[in-house]
Amino acid sequence: MDLVIEGARQAMIMLFTGDPELWSVIWLSLQVSGTATLLSLLLGIPIGTVLALTDFPGRRIIVSLVNTAMGLPPVVVGLFVTILLWRSGPLGFLRLLYTPAAMVIAQCILATPIVTGLTLAAMQALNPKLRLQILALGATRIQLLWLLIREARLPLLAAIMAGFGGAISEVGASMMVGGNIQGQTRVLTTAAVMETARGNFAMAIALSLVLLLLMLCVNAVLTMIQQHRRPL
Amino acid sequence: MFIGRGPFVSLLAILTLACSALAHVNSSAPSHPSNSQVILATTTSIQDSGLLDVLLPMFERRTGYVVKPIAVGSGQALALGKRGEADVLLVHSPDAELEFMAAGHGVDRRLVMHNHFVLVGPLEDPAGIRGIRSTTEAFERIAATGALFISRGDGSGTDVLEKKLWARLGDVPLGKSWYQETGQGMGATLNIAAEKRGYTLTDRGTYLARRKGLSLEIMVEEDGALLNVYHIIQVNPDRSSVVNAAGARAFADFIVSPEAQAMIGEFGVSQFGEPLFIPDAGKREEGLGK
Repeated sequence: MDLVIEGARQAMIMLFTGDPELWSVIWLSLQVSGTATLLSLLLGIPIGTVLALTDFPGRRIIVSLVNTAMGLPPVVVGLFVTILLWRSGPLGFLRLLYTPAAMVIAQCILATPIVTGLTLAAMQALNPKLRLQILALGATRIQLLWLLIREARLPLLAAIMAGFGGAISEVGASMMVGGNIQGQTRVLTTAAVMETARGNFAMAIALSLVLLLLMLCVNAVLTMIQQHRRPL
Repeated sequence: MFIGRGPFVSLLAILTLACSALAHVNSSAPSHPSNSQVILATTTSIQDSGLLDVLLPMFERRTGYVVKPIAVGSGQALALGKRGEADVLLVHSPDAELEFMAAGHGVDRRLVMHNHFVLVGPLEDPAGIRGIRSTTEAFERIAATGALFISRGDGSGTDVLEKKLWARLGDVPLGKSWYQETGQGMGATLNIAAEKRGYTLTDRGTYLARRKGLSLEIMVEEDGALLNVYHIIQVNPDRSSVVNAAGARAFADFIVSPEAQAMIGEFGVSQFGEPLFIPDAGKREEGLGK
């Protein structure tokens, strides 16, 4: 237990003295996972909405695939993205392996099914009569979608939080495609794994606490948006 | 029906912020021409010791190359080299390296440094091997008493040597209840050995760097069979068009240069009272550890 206290002390000291290495690791974690979450929203919300509002042959198969992919193992994603991005691999010409961009790709693959699945559930939970009502008032298709998304904003914000949580807490894929390179691809989770292997347990705990704090801050902002002027 | 405008304005602001982050991530990734990147596949023992943290900045400042050190076991490092997925390898698995060279995957294998492996174990020493001079004999006693032995089991240089030593006694004791493989790096394996009160074979450098937090002591050392030699190998550019041959050569030349060798010889002295690695560039391998 003394390690946890020591770790908390170390975390506070590094945060408040502006330890440049820690802050660059925090900033990179936020950038990579923020970008991955954003991309997953751009993909997941439209796909989830279409799956919720339409019916076509094979839809149920796709929905079960999405639901399964919500639990994609990071190490599997990491391995496939690594092989795709190898210099000798199909996307090797992009030279993305061991860069933050590769980590964005891997985290986006992990977060997109989570956002898609939760969007799908949120949209299906809306009262079907709402759609008819909006259409009866003469809305275009785009207006309809926008209004439905606004109506489902509470569960959609939950989807964003879940997607971001999946991205920033993931370590297996980031380690494989990023390589945990100091000053280039080291994020909070990979740094914590490395410090554990080096036996710097207090430092590993400090990094873990900073990660939790960061997630708390991001989720607090999103929750404030979600609960702002909450309909009672 | 309640629709607030405020939340969506703020959400939009967050998304815009994330967008700018994306632009930044993309611009920061390949800010150097692609041939200025050197992928160094090396071992977890090197990464866990912290040696790269002092060597790489010096090399990068001097040459302008950006090194991407990938810390894996020697087995995986050689496999990455074979595929042309790394440019230069810093490894310690001599038999596998010679095989790699014989197959034409590498060029110009050069001696960099050495230290020794040590057999460490819990203070109470259940197999009674403390002070034995021969690793083979110590292994025999561990096997006879069935004391817990923790193996890397990851095909790394350390793992290969350990298995070779067991093979001298007959069979590698795979599947025995007292012989357990972690499949992880040296640092993680030491943690596990300390927690489970088992014996394990480790390089001296990682052990010294980690000794403070571990309740493990050196049981067997200074056995000639425990020499741990690191070589630098450039991946053969004729085998793969993607290999950065110039960068690999620059790094290999750097690590055997007098300045880098002096740094290796100094590394760890102030912290542990002895160097973690002995610099060996230009020496003959047969004379090491004598």
